[in-house]
Amino acid sequence: MTQVQTRTWTEVRPTRKSAIPEGLWLRCPGCAQMIYRKQMETNLHVCPECNHHYRIGAAERIRQLADPASFQPLFGGLSSTDPLRFTDLKPYAERLLAEQIKTGQTDAVLAGTAFVKGRSALLCCLDLTFMMGSMGSVVGETITRSIEHATAAGTPLVIVSCSGGARMQESGLSLMQMAKTSAALARLDDAGGLFISVLTDPTTGGVTASFAMLGDVILAEPKALIGFAGPRVIQQTIRQELPEGFQRSEFLMQSGMVDRVVKRHDLRSEIARIIDYAGK
Amino acid sequence: MATFYQLDFEKPLRDIEHQIDATEARLKELRSGEGTPGTPPFVDPPDVSGAPTAAQLTRDLEALREQHGRTLRDLYSHLSPWNVVRVARHPDRPQGRDFISALCREFCELHGDRRFGDDPAIVTGFGRIDSIKCLVVAHQKGKKTSEKLACHFGCAHPEGYRKALKNMQLAEKFGVPIVTLVDTPGAYPGIGAEQRGQAEAIAVNLREMSRLRTPIVSVVIGEGGSGGALGIAVADRVGMLAHAWYTVISPEGCAAILWKQANEQTNTAAARALRLTARDNLELGIIDAVIPEPVGGAHRDPPAAVALLREWIVAQLGELRSRPIDELVAARYERFRRLGSFAEAEAV
Repeated sequence: MTQVQTRTWTEVRPTRKSAIPEGLWLRCPGCAQMIYRKQMETNLHVCPECNHHYRIGAAERIRQLADPASFQPLFGGLSSTDPLRFTDLKPYAERLLAEQIKTGQTDAVLAGTAFVKGRSALLCCLDLTFMMGSMGSVVGETITRSIEHATAAGTPLVIVSCSGGARMQESGLSLMQMAKTSAALARLDDAGGLFISVLTDPTTGGVTASFAMLGDVILAEPKALIGFAGPRVIQQTIRQELPEGFQRSEFLMQSGMVDRVVKRHDLRSEIARIIDYAGK
Repeated sequence: MATFYQLDFEKPLRDIEHQIDATEARLKELRSGEGTPGTPPFVDPPDVSGAPTAAQLTRDLEALREQHGRTLRDLYSHLSPWNVVRVARHPDRPQGRDFISALCREFCELHGDRRFGDDPAIVTGFGRIDSIKCLVVAHQKGKKTSEKLACHFGCAHPEGYRKALKNMQLAEKFGVPIVTLVDTPGAYPGIGAEQRGQAEAIAVNLREMSRLRTPIVSVVIGEGGSGGALGIAVADRVGMLAHAWYTVISPEGCAAILWKQANEQTNTAAARALRLTARDNLELGIIDAVIPEPVGGAHRDPPAAVALLREWIVAQLGELRSRPIDELVAARYERFRRLGSFAEAEAV
């Protein structure tokens, strides 16, 4: 079995540039209160004052969702080959290497089998810290293999999404991952499998327009940005102010696009509950 | 010569066209002047030494026309990726409805999505291509300003994708093959579109098209912008017209994000980096065929472009319709399943 490094967001943070000073205390972007970092972290990275949900990496997400020591990583050996030799202001190959060193992961997804409150599940988590969780060939292939694995094994599939969308540096091949993952979900559906899609801040672009919106049940963390186009693009197109709360989880639930908005503290039990209702 | 909208890389052509125009005009003058009666005999004849004769001009004209043809062929066989994008957006390039009316002997348009409305940016309906009954789904960008605005320049809303799916499922029910013509800069980014689930509409199309039990042929006829294009392009065979583009984001969008600004220079760089031309897509395995266009692009000779497209579509449909449907759907899954490029480390 492939061994995946399971470093957490907290551990990789020192290499991350941020406006928030690194230290014991940090100012919460939700309520502007000074909060004690340790307290926030033990509170599942949620602000104890205002319930602001901080963004978390895939390893931390898995630690929060899976029963202790139950996570068995799968498909961890995949890495991008830079098929287009893509170069913008910086070569993609260099970017990849820098992100791999920064995160200790080969790409923007972790997948594996786990138990959630004693229920067996296939768990897939995207990782924002790696190139904004963007989907290229590796993410698409990992998600597709996970779906196929869940289909064959009859285990419920849980994908936690957070992504800037398709990865531009793999161009058309990234676009094709949308079709590939969605087609695999059609087969899971044909087999009667259960897919719980969890949307977290932010889930946009090609990830939203493929597997993330195809959950049998779609859950979203509070106030997560979820959409097809980014707010800036929309604003530039229509040239008017966007309404308050536009493209946030609550807005999507009101529009009928999300089934439940679930606080991070309740996510485990909500997932377990849906697995039970589906009888999986 | 042609007086239509021209692209700046076509300047060499324009120069030759000016020469041709001048030569033609002079030739006409000479011919109409020959044997004109009533020229006053008392006027001294102008000094015509070195002036071209009609025969000379005719020869020149022939040479110029040949040079024009050669330059045109040359320019269009070496288009830079960014110029491909501009040719794909040429205002005279045939659009979805043009191709439908030229391809189909008759067309029975089906309008609504039964959910919200009728999006004019996606046209759907039954028609016959040669003698084959098909469901045709096509993007429409609009020609006149009012139509362009109604179509949002080919950027479809969720209701467009849902209309397409509803009618594709109808085609599946009756065993009618599907032909889709893709021409969009991308799905529409707007408040209503987000509210009504743009992402969900596209995602559902991707999932459902992958398992439709009827043959599907897709052709990118102009712009193949991202999810908005793919939303009607999950098919057994995907082709591209020679001067179409197809990729994950528009070059301007890519330049704005990765180069921090979109201008002529960064757009050119982004278009190159994205590998968005038909030949690039063929090399990457994303499409199955490059469908040739008449010399100088589809906008110079739409009927010829239609004939080439028809030939390819009919050939694909003929082949796909003869295959058992289970095999076809399985092959469609495999077609997309194998796309992607990655290295796999040995398990540790």
